[in-house]
Amino acid sequence: MKTAVKTREITLIQALTEAMDTMLERDPSVLVLGEDVGVNGGVFRATDGLYEKYGEDRIIDTPLAESGIIGTSIGLAMNGFKPIAEIQFFGFIYPAFNQIVTQATRIRGRTLGRFTVPMVIRAPYGAGVRAPEIHSDSMEALFIHMPGIKVVVPSNPYDAKGLLIASIEDPDPVLFLEPMKLYRAGRKEVPEGYYTVPIGKAATVKEGTDITILSYGAMMPIALKAAEKAEKDGIRSEVIDLRTLFPLDRELIQASVEKTGKIIIVHEGHRTNGLAAEITALINDTETAFLSLKAPIQRVTGFDVPVPMFSLEEAYLPSIEAVYDKIRFLAEY
Amino acid sequence: MTDYPMRQIIDGDGALVDDRYKDQMTPELVVEMYKKMVFARLFDRKCVNLQRQGRIGTYVPFEGQEASQVGSALALREDDWMFPTYRDHGATLTFGHSLKNILMYWNGRYEGAVPPEGKRIFPPAVPIASQLLHATGAAWAEKKKGTDRIAIVYFGDGATSEGDFHEGLNFASVFQIPVIFFNQNNGYAISVPTTRQMHSKTIAQKAVAYDMEGIRVDGNDVCAVYFAVKEAAEKARRGAGPTLIEAVTWRYGAHTTSDDPSKYRDQSETELRRKTVDPVGRMEKYLKRHGYWDERLKAYETEATAEIEAAVKAMESEPAADIRHLFDYVFAESPWPIEDQKADYHRLKGGVR
Repeated sequence: MKTAVKTREITLIQALTEAMDTMLERDPSVLVLGEDVGVNGGVFRATDGLYEKYGEDRIIDTPLAESGIIGTSIGLAMNGFKPIAEIQFFGFIYPAFNQIVTQATRIRGRTLGRFTVPMVIRAPYGAGVRAPEIHSDSMEALFIHMPGIKVVVPSNPYDAKGLLIASIEDPDPVLFLEPMKLYRAGRKEVPEGYYTVPIGKAATVKEGTDITILSYGAMMPIALKAAEKAEKDGIRSEVIDLRTLFPLDRELIQASVEKTGKIIIVHEGHRTNGLAAEITALINDTETAFLSLKAPIQRVTGFDVPVPMFSLEEAYLPSIEAVYDKIRFLAEY
Repeated sequence: MTDYPMRQIIDGDGALVDDRYKDQMTPELVVEMYKKMVFARLFDRKCVNLQRQGRIGTYVPFEGQEASQVGSALALREDDWMFPTYRDHGATLTFGHSLKNILMYWNGRYEGAVPPEGKRIFPPAVPIASQLLHATGAAWAEKKKGTDRIAIVYFGDGATSEGDFHEGLNFASVFQIPVIFFNQNNGYAISVPTTRQMHSKTIAQKAVAYDMEGIRVDGNDVCAVYFAVKEAAEKARRGAGPTLIEAVTWRYGAHTTSDDPSKYRDQSETELRRKTVDPVGRMEKYLKRHGYWDERLKAYETEATAEIEAAVKAMESEPAADIRHLFDYVFAESPWPIEDQKADYHRLKGGVR
């Protein structure tokens, strides 16, 4: 008999808080550290209430130093702890880049598994909330490219909680990107307590037969709205939330390509060497998928320019119209 | 451990407690200092209101830090370099930045980071402490060119935790670069108090590690700040190297308009400081004690408000953001990916496929 699990409607950011709370409760080796995560409960309130519940030894307000946060988390992780390191905004992660690319991602390999780095780096990312300069970056491609770190991006409260718990339990470094724009965009049913959403698995959020739209994070609502708009024209799009950007869910992508033969990839990160390029190559590398293609793969992405100051961010971001335009192009192809 | 007593010239009651600079404290200078601080405060409050009304984006207030920002900016020479953070528009406007452009910055516009022609003011630093190295480099360039221009760089207490802080001080020290590291220790890096940021008792003492002069001043005393910066500037101009100045001050308000300081500190301390050591208040007392106060000064607020309102009007009369600012300033000459993407953007806007 299935036990009834209590669910409530909560926001994505509340789901993240619950995930950390659940794991802090279950596993005494879990720590939260970052700038303003303690007394203040995080600048977005992601760690709200955790300091009061678990105290300053486990919810740690660090000095203002991203390289310091990640570098010390590596040491903590190698020596028995499971740090959840918060980088206040993804655009501020770069001072820690060296620690991630040369250390966090290589310790397992360098020591043939003697030392490992079971660490989660959480960072709010993305544009569209009128944030100040450099607070809106979407540089996930840098980390997808980087060997040795998994990259996870939820787009709804249920996945956010399950994926963050899975990330905390993962034996290796995970970059967990949180779409700032969706933090409080809506409430969804989320179970209380522990559950996981597996890393490496995408989800089909809308079934369709004509076109496949692959997206993730804050672009999911854009992809879905464009698909709904095209539905009125009689075009049935399948929409897939990738959820994990590395490693990709090859099987699900392949199955959908074989079903529709027409692909649109949507991401707000920059175009050149962005995830769309990798997915295109992945389809090319999978012969059955490649041979199912009925049209050139399309992509709607951020431009190859720095994410602009907010007066121009709507021009920078992929729009419903831009995705719809690609749907129409493929439908008529 | 070297001791770093806090230098003060005028105390909270407006009394002259150090008369070494008495002769240089002309009525013109002290009145100018007062007016600039009043102006900065009015501008800051206006910006907070504009944000509340949705007329600009997230704003970073500096109220309480006027003496540090105005005093340091007035001590510079017109042609010096300034490297501010996002909280230092009190300094940049005193140093001659365009009010309209500062407002545009907070309205998410690229024009906002552009200083008036000929002013050497860098865009506000956003990633913490990155600007210390830029200032060091720019001042290094002046040294290589053989000029006597110097650079001043602003940063907060939190910035001293970043690697870039230490790298900046070290480079400046190794190459004896004419740069002033001007720290405003306002007690908090967002929610984290200075006592949690560092175990050191002062920021000034961090200069010791780089064999650099470290100075600690009352950052709410505009004269103490002014003369400390002036001396550091003169020293740098004659080739005697960099200085680290810690101006001890207090941010009255939130970190930004998105922040709620009551989450992490008791605002009663702010109220107490406002009553006892306010930068503007103490200068007003000083002016009154010395008979420099007159009705015209009292009326200055009206004059300043009119100037600020005119700048707001100018900002709001600007046409919408120019799409060329998105595409055309990444490179001197845009490579094909940007040109293609720009064409695609315009095609979609035009509704043609």
